[in-house]
Amino acid sequence: MKHIKTLHKGNLKKGIKEGGCGECQASCQSACKTSCTVANQSCEK
Amino acid sequence: MIHRFKANGIKIVVDVNSGAVHVIDDLVWDLLPYGPDFDHDKIQIDLSGKYGKEQITEALSELESLAREGILFSKWEDEIPMMKGEPVIKAMCLHAAHDCNLRCSYCFASTGDFNGARGLLDFETGKKALDFLVANSGKRKNLEVDFFGGEPLLNFETVKRLVYYGRELEPKHNKKFKFTVTTNGLNLNDEMIDFINKEFVNVVISLDGRPEVHDRMRKTVNGSGSYGIIEPKTKDLTDKRKQQNYYVRGTFTRHNLDFDKDVLYLADLGYKQISIEPVVAPENMDYAIKEVDLEEVYASYDRLMKAYIQRRKEGQDFNFFHFSIDLSQGPCAAKRVTGCGAGNEYIAVTPSGDIYPCHQFVGEDSQLMGNVLDGTFDREKQLVFRKTNVFTKDKCSSCWAKFYCSGGCHANAYHYSGDINLPYELGCEMEKKRLECALAIKAIEQLEIY
Ligand code: SF4
Ligand code: SF4
Repeated sequence: MKHIKTLHKGNLKKGIKEGGCGECQASCQSACKTSCTVANQSCEK
Repeated sequence: MIHRFKANGIKIVVDVNSGAVHVIDDLVWDLLPYGPDFDHDKIQIDLSGKYGKEQITEALSELESLAREGILFSKWEDEIPMMKGEPVIKAMCLHAAHDCNLRCSYCFASTGDFNGARGLLDFETGKKALDFLVANSGKRKNLEVDFFGGEPLLNFETVKRLVYYGRELEPKHNKKFKFTVTTNGLNLNDEMIDFINKEFVNVVISLDGRPEVHDRMRKTVNGSGSYGIIEPKTKDLTDKRKQQNYYVRGTFTRHNLDFDKDVLYLADLGYKQISIEPVVAPENMDYAIKEVDLEEVYASYDRLMKAYIQRRKEGQDFNFFHFSIDLSQGPCAAKRVTGCGAGNEYIAVTPSGDIYPCHQFVGEDSQLMGNVLDGTFDREKQLVFRKTNVFTKDKCSSCWAKFYCSGGCHANAYHYSGDINLPYELGCEMEKKRLECALAIKAIEQLEIY
């Protein structure tokens, strides 16, 4: 494409049907203790 | 829903519902407001003075092909993904001390006592807390426990014994404790540093940046600055950890809205894992960040972004917590919708054994959930937290950042509006700015468009 460069196609549809396994980080506790930006966490699967 | 923005000289559009991110040129920037149902004839007339006909046709066909692929103007399915299975508790903030050896002006814990009695966690209560966690963790193997305070190292012997106790529990119950500690660093000595570096998967040490900035807010009990004592110990501890798996964690206030200088100051000292966050404070405090300060805060994030990109390009890497974003390996839809696990899978336990939804709710009587000594736990309250997600919060459901931010901090929302479903607006504005910076950094680094 000439006008658009896709950086990432998105994976938000991943796991909509099956739901989350819950193994990932629970809260902000081990980093900043004041806010929870989920996008910078990783999936444990 | 889409969100388009400019940062560091590039233009980006986020397709909110798919999570797709695209870097776009001026023409596409101008075309996006006409979507999703592009009226070609109208657009050709409107934009004819600025772009050629063929160019416009070409760009429109690119946009329409992305939309067909489901990565632009995509819709959210009606379903709301949730965590599977029964509610479990898998993370705990264990308040080892409701007392502190510093008197920081902005402390949300009222300089350590959370407006209650000053006191230390005793070993028996700590044991009960770990037992409670194991008993309520279902099939989860990894259990996170953060020793917090006040200042947890004021109670180092108990912390140590509890870590050993946790290690005893592991084989019996097929669990793995991931211990961490959040400390102000003042009491650190060689023995503690060795213990922490051996047993703790992460350490958070509070350091605000430039000495004068740090000392203005973080004072010792006799009122003098604490930077000179804390920084060398912090350096020692983090160097011994090979500059990994820790955060120097600072707070910026109205007094240092140019906090980018603090981040870079810490980076210049050799720190590689840095998190500097806006203060959480009642509006009437002189150091609280106000709406009129936002432009200055944005400018600081912009300067920091530029410097960050430059340094990383030159191989002087460091990690700024809120600029890191994982586009490809990030959490699943359920996690992005539900966000923070406070009150649901994460709890805080005080020295008297009281259970709260998280460390920032401690001392709020209406939020008390139970006590580990008598084993009480309010399952209904847990369900309230479990059911809270970006779609139960009106503001979040219409916010472009919802699948990155995931609904923000329940505690900030509660303290600001009295309702965990009403997010703290200033916090939202800063969060969105940080996300734009993080996405721009990703784009610039990945596409090498410096
Ligand atoms: S930025 Fe605010 S409104 Fe947007 S998702 Fe986060 S908490 Fe909700
Ligand atoms: S409610 Fe806020 S402070 Fe509490 S764990 Fe969640 S993000 Fe952290």
